[in-house]
Amino acid sequence: MNHTPDGVVDAPLIGRIFREESGRSVAALIAFCGDIDVAEDAVQEAFAIALRRWPDAGVPPNPGGWITTTARKRAIDRLRREARGRDLLGEVAALAERDGAEGRGTVPDDRLRLIFTCCHPALSAEARVALTLRLLGGLSTTEVARAFLVAEPTMAQRLVRAKRKIKAARIPYRVPEDGELPDRLRSVLAVIYLVYNAGVHNAGLAGPGLCAEAIRLARILSGLMPDEPEVAGLLALVLLIESRRASRTRPDGSLAVLGEQDRSRWDRALIEEGQAIVRGCLRRNRPGPYQIQAAINAVHADAATAEQTDWPQILALYDQLLAMAPTPVVALNLAVAVGEVHGPAPALALVDELDLGHYYAFHATRADLLRRLGRDSEAAVAYERAATMAPTDAERDFLRLGGRGRR
Amino acid sequence: MVRYMLSVHSREGEVREPLTEEEMQRSHAQLRDIEREMAAEGAWVFSARLHEADTATVVRVSGDEILTTDGPFAETKDHLGGFYLIEAADLDAALGWAAKVTAAIKVPIEVRPLAGFADEPHA
Repeated sequence: MNHTPDGVVDAPLIGRIFREESGRSVAALIAFCGDIDVAEDAVQEAFAIALRRWPDAGVPPNPGGWITTTARKRAIDRLRREARGRDLLGEVAALAERDGAEGRGTVPDDRLRLIFTCCHPALSAEARVALTLRLLGGLSTTEVARAFLVAEPTMAQRLVRAKRKIKAARIPYRVPEDGELPDRLRSVLAVIYLVYNAGVHNAGLAGPGLCAEAIRLARILSGLMPDEPEVAGLLALVLLIESRRASRTRPDGSLAVLGEQDRSRWDRALIEEGQAIVRGCLRRNRPGPYQIQAAINAVHADAATAEQTDWPQILALYDQLLAMAPTPVVALNLAVAVGEVHGPAPALALVDELDLGHYYAFHATRADLLRRLGRDSEAAVAYERAATMAPTDAERDFLRLGGRGRR
Repeated sequence: MVRYMLSVHSREGEVREPLTEEEMQRSHAQLRDIEREMAAEGAWVFSARLHEADTATVVRVSGDEILTTDGPFAETKDHLGGFYLIEAADLDAALGWAAKVTAAIKVPIEVRPLAGFADEPHA
Protein backbone atom coordinates (compact mmCIF):
# COMPACT_ATOMS: atom_id res chain seq x y z
CA MET A 1 0.00 0.00 0.00
CA ASN A 2 2.79 2.38 0.89
CA HIS A 3 5.02 1.38 -1.99
CA THR A 4 4.49 1.15 -5.69
CA PRO A 5 4.94 -2.41 -7.00
CA ASP A 6 8.60 -1.82 -7.95
CA GLY A 7 9.33 -0.18 -4.61
CA VAL A 8 9.82 3.31 -6.03
CA VAL A 9 8.92 6.13 -3.66
CA ASP A 10 8.12 9.02 -5.97
CA ALA A 11 6.20 12.29 -5.94
CA PRO A 12 2.89 10.78 -7.17
CA LEU A 13 2.98 8.19 -4.37
CA ILE A 14 3.64 10.89 -1.79
CA GLY A 15 0.87 12.94 -3.41
CA ARG A 16 -1.53 10.06 -2.87
CA ILE A 17 -0.47 9.66 0.74
CA PHE A 18 -1.00 13.41 1.11
CA ARG A 19 -4.61 13.05 -0.06
CA GLU A 20 -5.28 10.14 2.25
CA GLU A 21 -3.60 11.53 5.34
CA SER A 22 -3.57 15.31 5.26
CA GLY A 23 -7.16 15.77 6.49
CA ARG A 24 -6.40 13.72 9.59
CA SER A 25 -3.11 15.56 10.17
CA VAL A 26 -4.58 19.04 9.68
CA ALA A 27 -7.45 18.22 12.05
CA ALA A 28 -5.01 16.86 14.64
CA LEU A 29 -2.81 19.96 14.32
CA ILE A 30 -5.77 22.34 14.68
CA ALA A 31 -6.83 20.40 17.77
CA PHE A 32 -3.24 20.76 18.99
CA CYS A 33 -2.63 24.47 18.38
CA GLY A 34 -6.08 25.94 17.66
CA ASP A 35 -4.89 27.85 14.60
CA ILE A 36 -5.90 26.74 11.11
CA ASP A 37 -3.12 28.58 9.27
CA VAL A 38 -0.38 27.31 11.56
CA ALA A 39 -1.83 23.80 11.22
CA GLU A 40 -2.01 23.93 7.41
CA ASP A 41 1.49 25.35 7.04
CA ALA A 42 2.95 22.77 9.41
CA VAL A 43 1.35 19.87 7.54
CA GLN A 44 2.56 21.30 4.21
CA GLU A 45 6.09 21.60 5.60
CA ALA A 46 5.95 18.04 6.91
CA PHE A 47 5.04 16.79 3.42
CA ALA A 48 7.82 18.88 1.89
CA ILE A 49 10.24 17.13 4.26
CA ALA A 50 8.71 13.77 3.31
CA LEU A 51 9.21 14.57 -0.36
CA ARG A 52 12.95 15.10 0.28
CA ARG A 53 13.49 12.26 2.71
CA TRP A 54 11.25 9.34 1.71
CA PRO A 55 12.74 8.66 -1.75
CA ASP A 56 16.01 7.67 0.00
CA ALA A 57 14.83 6.51 3.41
CA GLY A 58 11.61 4.83 2.24
CA VAL A 59 8.06 5.45 3.42
CA PRO A 60 7.71 4.96 7.19
CA PRO A 61 5.35 2.18 8.33
CA ASN A 62 2.74 4.71 9.51
CA PRO A 63 3.06 7.65 7.09
CA GLY A 64 0.09 9.54 8.56
CA GLY A 65 1.50 9.32 12.07
CA TRP A 66 4.93 10.40 10.80
CA ILE A 67 3.40 13.44 9.06
CA THR A 68 1.38 14.45 12.13
CA THR A 69 4.39 14.09 14.46
CA THR A 70 6.69 15.99 12.10
CA ALA A 71 4.05 18.70 11.58
CA ARG A 72 3.62 19.06 15.34
CA LYS A 73 7.38 19.64 15.74
CA ARG A 74 7.35 22.23 12.96
CA ALA A 75 4.37 24.00 14.54
CA ILE A 76 6.12 24.15 17.92
CA ASP A 77 9.28 25.55 16.26
CA ARG A 78 7.25 28.20 14.51
CA LEU A 79 5.30 29.16 17.62
CA ARG A 80 8.55 29.48 19.60
CA ARG A 81 9.92 31.90 17.00
CA GLU A 82 6.92 34.19 17.13
CA ALA A 83 6.02 36.48 20.02
CA ARG A 84 2.32 35.76 19.79
CA GLY A 85 3.12 32.13 19.27
CA ARG A 86 4.81 32.01 22.67
CA ASP A 87 1.48 32.89 24.33
CA LEU A 88 -0.18 30.26 22.20
CA LEU A 89 2.37 27.68 23.33
CA GLY A 90 1.24 28.14 26.92
CA GLU A 91 -2.30 27.40 25.84
CA VAL A 92 -1.14 24.41 23.83
CA ALA A 93 0.59 22.98 26.88
CA ALA A 94 -2.55 23.56 28.95
CA LEU A 95 -4.70 21.95 26.25
CA ALA A 96 -2.41 18.93 25.98
CA GLU A 97 -2.58 18.48 29.75
CA ARG A 98 -6.37 18.77 29.82
CA ASP A 99 -6.79 16.36 26.92
CA GLY A 100 -4.44 13.95 28.59
CA ALA A 101 -6.52 14.04 31.75
CA GLU A 102 -10.01 13.92 30.24
CA GLY A 103 -9.42 12.30 26.89
CA ARG A 104 -11.32 13.77 23.98
CA GLY A 105 -14.72 13.55 25.65
CA THR A 106 -17.57 12.33 23.49
CA VAL A 107 -15.85 13.33 20.25
CA PRO A 108 -14.06 10.37 18.75
CA ASP A 109 -12.35 12.13 15.90
CA ASP A 110 -10.64 15.48 15.37
CA ARG A 111 -11.85 15.42 11.77
CA LEU A 112 -15.46 15.29 12.92
CA ARG A 113 -14.94 18.42 15.03
CA LEU A 114 -13.25 20.04 12.06
CA ILE A 115 -16.11 19.21 9.70
CA PHE A 116 -18.65 20.74 12.11
CA THR A 117 -16.41 23.82 12.27
CA CYS A 118 -16.15 24.02 8.47
CA CYS A 119 -19.93 23.55 8.18
CA HIS A 120 -20.88 26.14 10.80
CA PRO A 121 -24.02 28.06 9.76
CA ALA A 122 -22.18 31.36 10.33
CA LEU A 123 -20.17 30.58 7.17
CA SER A 124 -21.62 30.90 3.68
CA ALA A 125 -22.74 27.70 1.97
CA GLU A 126 -19.93 27.98 -0.61
CA ALA A 127 -17.33 28.57 2.05
CA ARG A 128 -18.47 25.46 3.94
CA VAL A 129 -17.87 23.14 1.00
CA ALA A 130 -14.65 24.85 -0.07
CA LEU A 131 -13.17 24.71 3.42
CA THR A 132 -14.16 21.08 3.89
CA LEU A 133 -12.47 20.14 0.62
CA ARG A 134 -9.39 22.18 1.46
CA LEU A 135 -8.90 21.15 5.09
CA LEU A 136 -10.36 17.63 5.17
CA GLY A 137 -9.97 16.53 1.56
CA GLY A 138 -6.47 17.90 1.16
CA LEU A 139 -7.31 19.66 -2.12
CA SER A 140 -5.17 22.59 -3.18
CA THR A 141 -6.82 25.96 -3.69
CA THR A 142 -6.41 25.42 -7.45
CA GLU A 143 -8.26 22.11 -7.28
CA VAL A 144 -11.06 23.50 -5.12
CA ALA A 145 -11.44 26.39 -7.58
CA ARG A 146 -11.61 23.93 -10.48
CA ALA A 147 -14.21 21.78 -8.69
CA PHE A 148 -16.45 24.86 -8.39
CA LEU A 149 -15.65 26.44 -11.75
CA VAL A 150 -14.47 29.72 -10.24
CA ALA A 151 -11.22 31.61 -10.77
CA GLU A 152 -8.40 30.65 -8.43
CA PRO A 153 -8.01 34.15 -6.87
CA THR A 154 -11.76 34.17 -6.14
CA MET A 155 -11.49 30.83 -4.36
CA ALA A 156 -8.32 31.86 -2.53
CA GLN A 157 -10.10 34.96 -1.26
CA ARG A 158 -13.13 32.94 -0.20
CA LEU A 159 -10.94 30.54 1.78
CA VAL A 160 -8.93 33.31 3.42
CA ARG A 161 -12.11 35.11 4.40
CA ALA A 162 -13.67 31.97 5.88
CA LYS A 163 -10.54 31.16 7.88
CA ARG A 164 -10.34 34.75 9.12
CA LYS A 165 -13.94 34.58 10.28
CA ILE A 166 -13.35 31.30 12.12
CA LYS A 167 -10.44 32.90 13.94
CA ALA A 168 -11.72 36.44 14.60
CA ALA A 169 -15.30 35.55 15.45
CA ARG A 170 -14.01 32.42 17.21
CA ILE A 171 -16.18 29.81 15.59
CA PRO A 172 -15.68 26.92 18.00
CA TYR A 173 -13.86 23.75 17.06
CA ARG A 174 -16.41 21.29 18.40
CA VAL A 175 -19.39 19.09 17.62
CA PRO A 176 -22.58 20.99 18.55
CA GLU A 177 -24.70 19.97 21.51
CA ASP A 178 -27.91 17.98 21.10
CA GLY A 179 -30.19 21.02 20.94
CA GLU A 180 -28.29 22.60 18.07
CA LEU A 181 -27.64 19.38 16.26
CA PRO A 182 -30.53 19.03 13.79
CA ASP A 183 -29.76 22.38 12.16
CA ARG A 184 -26.02 21.91 12.05
CA LEU A 185 -26.31 18.30 10.97
CA ARG A 186 -28.30 19.19 7.85
CA SER A 187 -25.46 21.44 6.74
CA VAL A 188 -22.85 18.75 7.44
CA LEU A 189 -24.80 16.09 5.51
CA ALA A 190 -25.16 18.44 2.54
CA VAL A 191 -21.44 19.15 2.50
CA ILE A 192 -20.47 15.47 2.75
CA TYR A 193 -22.80 14.70 -0.16
CA LEU A 194 -21.35 17.59 -2.18
CA VAL A 195 -17.82 16.34 -1.47
CA TYR A 196 -18.90 12.88 -2.67
CA ASN A 197 -20.36 14.36 -5.85
CA ALA A 198 -17.30 16.50 -6.44
CA GLY A 199 -15.37 13.20 -6.36
CA VAL A 200 -17.71 11.54 -8.86
CA HIS A 201 -17.29 14.44 -11.31
CA ASN A 202 -13.55 14.81 -10.78
CA ALA A 203 -11.84 12.60 -13.33
CA GLY A 204 -8.38 13.41 -11.94
CA LEU A 205 -6.40 11.96 -9.06
CA ALA A 206 -8.59 13.71 -6.48
CA GLY A 207 -11.83 11.98 -7.56
CA PRO A 208 -11.61 8.57 -5.84
CA GLY A 209 -9.96 10.22 -2.82
CA LEU A 210 -12.86 12.63 -2.40
CA CYS A 211 -15.42 9.83 -2.67
CA ALA A 212 -13.50 7.77 -0.13
CA GLU A 213 -13.20 10.78 2.18
CA ALA A 214 -16.94 11.50 1.94
CA ILE A 215 -17.77 7.84 2.71
CA ARG A 216 -15.34 7.83 5.60
CA LEU A 217 -16.88 10.99 7.05
CA ALA A 218 -20.39 9.54 6.61
CA ARG A 219 -19.26 6.39 8.48
CA ILE A 220 -17.73 8.37 11.34
CA LEU A 221 -20.89 10.46 11.56
CA SER A 222 -23.22 7.44 11.58
CA GLY A 223 -21.09 5.80 14.26
CA LEU A 224 -21.38 8.94 16.39
CA MET A 225 -25.08 9.49 15.73
CA PRO A 226 -26.70 6.06 15.41
CA ASP A 227 -30.14 7.53 16.19
CA GLU A 228 -30.16 10.01 13.30
CA PRO A 229 -31.86 8.21 10.40
CA GLU A 230 -30.77 10.79 7.83
CA VAL A 231 -27.11 10.14 8.70
CA ALA A 232 -27.75 6.45 8.02
CA GLY A 233 -29.60 7.45 4.85
CA LEU A 234 -26.67 9.48 3.56
CA LEU A 235 -24.22 6.66 4.32
CA ALA A 236 -26.43 4.14 2.49
CA LEU A 237 -26.83 6.54 -0.43
CA VAL A 238 -23.10 7.09 -0.98
CA LEU A 239 -22.33 3.37 -0.50
CA LEU A 240 -24.91 2.39 -3.13
CA ILE A 241 -23.69 5.00 -5.63
CA GLU A 242 -20.10 3.97 -4.93
CA SER A 243 -20.98 0.30 -5.62
CA ARG A 244 -21.40 1.23 -9.31
CA ARG A 245 -18.14 3.18 -9.65
CA ALA A 246 -16.21 0.54 -11.60
CA SER A 247 -19.05 -0.01 -14.07
CA ARG A 248 -19.61 3.66 -14.85
CA THR A 249 -16.72 3.66 -17.28
CA ARG A 250 -16.10 1.16 -20.08
CA PRO A 251 -12.61 -0.23 -20.66
CA ASP A 252 -12.04 2.50 -23.29
CA GLY A 253 -12.83 5.18 -20.68
CA SER A 254 -16.21 6.13 -22.10
CA LEU A 255 -19.28 6.58 -19.91
CA ALA A 256 -21.85 3.84 -19.27
CA VAL A 257 -25.19 5.06 -17.91
CA LEU A 258 -27.12 3.02 -15.35
CA GLY A 259 -29.21 1.10 -17.89
CA GLU A 260 -26.15 0.02 -19.86
CA GLN A 261 -23.79 -0.90 -17.05
CA ASP A 262 -22.21 -4.32 -16.68
CA ARG A 263 -23.97 -5.30 -13.45
CA SER A 264 -21.48 -8.07 -12.72
CA ARG A 265 -19.00 -5.29 -11.95
CA TRP A 266 -21.17 -3.75 -9.26
CA ASP A 267 -19.58 -4.09 -5.81
CA ARG A 268 -21.82 -6.61 -4.00
CA ALA A 269 -20.33 -5.92 -0.57
CA LEU A 270 -21.14 -2.21 -0.80
CA ILE A 271 -24.64 -3.01 -2.12
CA GLU A 272 -25.34 -5.41 0.72
CA GLU A 273 -24.12 -2.92 3.30
CA GLY A 274 -26.15 -0.10 1.75
CA GLN A 275 -29.31 -2.20 1.45
CA ALA A 276 -29.05 -3.41 5.04
CA ILE A 277 -28.91 0.22 6.19
CA VAL A 278 -31.92 1.09 4.01
CA ARG A 279 -33.90 -1.80 5.58
CA GLY A 280 -32.98 -0.44 9.02
CA CYS A 281 -34.28 2.98 7.98
CA LEU A 282 -37.56 1.47 6.74
CA ARG A 283 -38.08 -0.25 10.10
CA ARG A 284 -37.55 3.05 11.89
CA ASN A 285 -40.05 4.76 9.58
CA ARG A 286 -38.75 8.32 9.97
CA PRO A 287 -38.14 9.01 6.27
CA GLY A 288 -36.09 11.94 5.01
CA PRO A 289 -34.63 12.97 1.64
CA TYR A 290 -31.35 11.03 1.99
CA GLN A 291 -33.10 7.86 3.11
CA ILE A 292 -35.51 8.03 0.16
CA GLN A 293 -32.70 8.61 -2.33
CA ALA A 294 -30.88 5.64 -0.78
CA ALA A 295 -34.05 3.54 -1.15
CA ILE A 296 -34.25 4.50 -4.84
CA ASN A 297 -30.67 3.37 -5.34
CA ALA A 298 -31.42 0.17 -3.40
CA VAL A 299 -34.24 -0.62 -5.86
CA HIS A 300 -31.83 -0.16 -8.78
CA ALA A 301 -29.33 -2.44 -7.04
CA ASP A 302 -32.02 -5.14 -6.68
CA ALA A 303 -32.52 -5.51 -10.44
CA ALA A 304 -30.40 -8.23 -12.04
CA THR A 305 -30.91 -6.57 -15.44
CA ALA A 306 -31.94 -3.03 -16.38
CA GLU A 307 -35.24 -4.42 -17.76
CA GLN A 308 -36.10 -5.94 -14.38
CA THR A 309 -35.93 -2.55 -12.62
CA ASP A 310 -39.03 -1.94 -10.49
CA TRP A 311 -39.83 1.47 -11.99
CA PRO A 312 -43.30 1.81 -10.39
CA GLN A 313 -41.59 1.46 -6.99
CA ILE A 314 -39.00 4.09 -7.97
CA LEU A 315 -41.75 6.42 -9.21
CA ALA A 316 -43.57 6.07 -5.88
CA LEU A 317 -40.35 6.92 -4.03
CA TYR A 318 -39.74 9.99 -6.21
CA ASP A 319 -43.32 11.10 -5.48
CA GLN A 320 -42.54 10.87 -1.78
CA LEU A 321 -39.20 12.67 -2.26
CA LEU A 322 -40.79 15.49 -4.26
CA ALA A 323 -43.38 16.03 -1.50
CA MET A 324 -40.51 16.37 0.98
CA ALA A 325 -37.99 18.24 -1.18
CA PRO A 326 -39.91 20.02 -3.94
CA THR A 327 -36.92 21.04 -6.07
CA PRO A 328 -36.80 21.12 -9.88
CA VAL A 329 -33.97 18.56 -9.91
CA VAL A 330 -36.13 16.07 -7.99
CA ALA A 331 -38.99 16.83 -10.41
CA LEU A 332 -36.64 16.08 -13.31
CA ASN A 333 -35.75 12.68 -11.83
CA LEU A 334 -39.42 11.97 -11.22
CA ALA A 335 -40.07 12.71 -14.90
CA VAL A 336 -37.43 10.11 -15.86
CA ALA A 337 -39.31 7.52 -13.77
CA VAL A 338 -42.60 8.61 -15.38
CA GLY A 339 -40.91 8.02 -18.75
CA GLU A 340 -40.11 4.43 -17.75
CA VAL A 341 -43.55 3.68 -16.33
CA HIS A 342 -45.91 5.67 -18.58
CA GLY A 343 -43.79 6.37 -21.67
CA PRO A 344 -41.84 9.33 -23.06
CA ALA A 345 -44.75 11.63 -24.00
CA PRO A 346 -46.13 12.36 -20.50
CA ALA A 347 -42.54 12.52 -19.21
CA LEU A 348 -41.58 15.16 -21.80
CA ALA A 349 -44.64 17.23 -20.83
CA LEU A 350 -43.40 17.23 -17.20
CA VAL A 351 -39.81 18.06 -18.20
CA ASP A 352 -40.85 20.96 -20.42
CA GLU A 353 -42.53 22.64 -17.45
CA LEU A 354 -39.27 22.83 -15.52
CA ASP A 355 -37.11 25.94 -15.36
CA LEU A 356 -33.77 24.11 -15.56
CA GLY A 357 -32.24 25.41 -18.80
CA HIS A 358 -28.90 25.97 -17.05
CA TYR A 359 -28.59 22.31 -16.03
CA TYR A 360 -27.03 19.82 -18.46
CA ALA A 361 -29.06 16.87 -17.15
CA PHE A 362 -32.26 18.72 -18.10
CA HIS A 363 -31.15 18.85 -21.75
CA ALA A 364 -29.84 15.28 -21.64
CA THR A 365 -33.17 14.02 -20.28
CA ARG A 366 -35.13 15.99 -22.90
CA ALA A 367 -32.82 14.66 -25.61
CA ASP A 368 -33.42 11.06 -24.56
CA LEU A 369 -37.21 11.52 -24.42
CA LEU A 370 -37.28 13.29 -27.82
CA ARG A 371 -35.20 10.48 -29.34
CA ARG A 372 -37.63 7.88 -27.98
CA LEU A 373 -40.50 9.87 -29.51
CA GLY A 374 -38.74 9.81 -32.88
CA ARG A 375 -38.21 13.59 -32.90
CA ASP A 376 -34.59 13.11 -33.98
CA SER A 377 -33.61 16.62 -35.10
CA GLU A 378 -34.92 18.18 -31.85
CA ALA A 379 -33.12 15.42 -29.94
CA ALA A 380 -29.84 16.24 -31.72
CA VAL A 381 -30.13 19.92 -30.72
CA ALA A 382 -30.82 18.95 -27.08
CA TYR A 383 -27.89 16.48 -27.02
CA GLU A 384 -25.56 19.15 -28.34
CA ARG A 385 -26.76 21.69 -25.76
CA ALA A 386 -26.32 19.11 -22.96
CA ALA A 387 -22.83 18.23 -24.27
CA THR A 388 -21.57 21.82 -24.16
CA MET A 389 -22.67 22.04 -20.51
CA ALA A 390 -21.50 18.58 -19.33
CA PRO A 391 -19.18 18.61 -16.30
CA THR A 392 -16.74 15.93 -17.50
CA ASP A 393 -15.16 14.91 -20.81
CA ALA A 394 -16.65 11.41 -20.55
CA GLU A 395 -20.15 12.80 -20.22
CA ARG A 396 -19.54 15.25 -23.06
CA ASP A 397 -18.40 12.45 -25.39
CA PHE A 398 -21.36 10.31 -24.34
CA LEU A 399 -23.84 13.07 -25.15
CA ARG A 400 -22.12 13.95 -28.46
CA LEU A 401 -22.64 10.31 -29.46
CA GLY A 402 -26.40 10.70 -28.95
CA GLY A 403 -26.50 9.19 -25.47
CA ARG A 404 -25.71 5.67 -26.60
CA GLY A 405 -22.13 5.36 -25.53
CA ARG A 406 -19.30 3.96 -27.63
CA ARG A 407 -19.63 0.30 -28.54
CA MET B 1 -13.10 35.27 26.13
CA VAL B 2 -14.01 37.32 23.09
CA ARG B 3 -16.03 40.52 23.09
CA TYR B 4 -18.89 40.78 20.65
CA MET B 5 -21.19 43.59 19.68
CA LEU B 6 -24.77 42.52 19.17
CA SER B 7 -26.26 45.35 17.18
CA VAL B 8 -29.90 45.96 16.49
CA HIS B 9 -30.62 47.74 13.24
CA SER B 10 -33.84 49.57 12.69
CA ARG B 11 -35.13 50.25 9.22
CA GLU B 12 -36.40 53.74 8.58
CA GLY B 13 -39.99 53.90 7.41
CA GLU B 14 -40.42 50.14 7.64
CA VAL B 15 -44.03 49.30 8.21
CA ARG B 16 -44.27 46.84 10.99
CA GLU B 17 -47.32 45.60 12.78
CA PRO B 18 -47.43 47.96 15.79
CA LEU B 19 -47.09 46.12 19.09
CA THR B 20 -50.03 46.15 21.43
CA GLU B 21 -49.45 47.57 24.89
CA GLU B 22 -49.45 44.03 26.25
CA GLU B 23 -46.91 42.77 23.70
CA MET B 24 -44.66 45.76 24.41
CA GLN B 25 -44.78 45.02 28.15
CA ARG B 26 -43.98 41.38 27.54
CA SER B 27 -41.08 42.22 25.23
CA HIS B 28 -39.60 44.65 27.78
CA ALA B 29 -39.98 42.13 30.57
CA GLN B 30 -38.22 39.50 28.43
CA LEU B 31 -35.36 41.89 27.69
CA ARG B 32 -34.99 42.71 31.39
CA ASP B 33 -34.78 38.99 32.17
CA ILE B 34 -32.20 38.40 29.42
CA GLU B 35 -30.07 41.30 30.67
CA ARG B 36 -30.22 39.98 34.22
CA GLU B 37 -29.19 36.55 32.95
CA MET B 38 -26.32 38.09 30.96
CA ALA B 39 -25.12 39.94 34.05
CA ALA B 40 -25.41 36.85 36.24
CA GLU B 41 -23.31 34.82 33.81
CA GLY B 42 -20.69 37.52 33.41
CA ALA B 43 -21.51 38.08 29.75
CA TRP B 44 -22.91 41.62 29.99
CA VAL B 45 -20.42 44.45 29.46
CA PHE B 46 -22.57 47.34 28.31
CA SER B 47 -25.79 47.94 26.46
CA ALA B 48 -27.66 50.95 25.14
CA ARG B 49 -30.66 51.93 23.13
CA LEU B 50 -30.23 54.91 20.81
CA HIS B 51 -32.65 57.70 19.94
CA GLU B 52 -33.92 57.88 16.35
CA ALA B 53 -31.31 58.44 13.65
CA ASP B 54 -32.67 61.93 12.91
CA THR B 55 -31.29 63.07 16.28
CA ALA B 56 -27.74 62.40 15.04
CA THR B 57 -25.10 65.01 14.20
CA VAL B 58 -21.96 64.35 12.17
CA VAL B 59 -18.69 66.16 12.80
CA ARG B 60 -15.99 65.93 10.15
CA VAL B 61 -12.82 67.63 9.07
CA SER B 62 -12.64 69.32 5.67
CA GLY B 63 -9.26 70.88 4.94
CA ASP B 64 -8.53 72.92 8.07
CA GLU B 65 -12.15 73.36 8.89
CA ILE B 66 -14.36 71.35 11.18
CA LEU B 67 -17.78 70.83 9.67
CA THR B 68 -20.82 69.99 11.71
CA THR B 69 -23.87 68.74 9.88
CA ASP B 70 -27.29 67.55 10.85
CA GLY B 71 -28.30 63.96 10.26
CA PRO B 72 -26.83 60.46 10.38
CA PHE B 73 -23.44 59.57 8.84
CA ALA B 74 -24.60 57.10 6.26
CA GLU B 75 -27.34 57.79 3.77
CA THR B 76 -29.07 54.52 4.29
CA LYS B 77 -32.39 53.27 5.50
CA ASP B 78 -30.74 51.01 8.07
CA HIS B 79 -29.64 52.62 11.31
CA LEU B 80 -28.13 51.35 14.49
CA GLY B 81 -30.94 51.36 17.01
CA GLY B 82 -29.11 49.91 19.98
CA PHE B 83 -26.46 47.41 20.95
CA TYR B 84 -25.12 45.04 23.53
CA LEU B 85 -21.46 44.54 24.27
CA ILE B 86 -20.98 41.07 25.63
CA GLU B 87 -18.19 38.69 26.50
CA ALA B 88 -18.48 35.10 25.40
CA ALA B 89 -16.28 32.04 25.11
CA ASP B 90 -16.94 31.63 21.39
CA LEU B 91 -19.29 32.53 18.54
CA ASP B 92 -21.86 29.87 19.47
CA ALA B 93 -22.22 31.36 22.95
CA ALA B 94 -22.62 34.86 21.45
CA LEU B 95 -25.18 33.54 18.94
CA GLY B 96 -27.07 32.01 21.86
CA TRP B 97 -27.49 35.45 23.47
CA ALA B 98 -28.40 37.02 20.12
CA ALA B 99 -31.09 34.35 19.63
CA LYS B 100 -32.65 35.25 22.98
CA VAL B 101 -32.65 38.97 22.23
CA THR B 102 -34.10 38.60 18.74
CA ALA B 103 -36.81 36.27 20.05
CA ALA B 104 -37.82 39.00 22.50
CA ILE B 105 -37.79 41.99 20.13
CA LYS B 106 -38.37 40.28 16.73
CA VAL B 107 -35.66 42.36 15.04
CA PRO B 108 -32.57 40.85 13.38
CA ILE B 109 -29.30 41.15 15.30
CA GLU B 110 -25.81 41.44 13.83
CA VAL B 111 -23.14 39.65 15.85
CA ARG B 112 -19.61 40.91 15.31
CA PRO B 113 -16.37 40.32 17.19
CA LEU B 114 -14.52 43.33 18.60
CA ALA B 115 -10.96 43.74 17.37
CA GLY B 116 -7.81 44.69 19.21
CA PHE B 117 -8.31 43.34 22.71
CA ALA B 118 -5.41 41.80 24.55
CA ASP B 119 -7.26 38.54 24.95
CA GLU B 120 -8.29 38.38 21.33
CA PRO B 121 -7.48 35.01 19.81
CA HIS B 122 -4.12 35.61 18.11
CA ALA B 123 -5.36 37.99 15.43
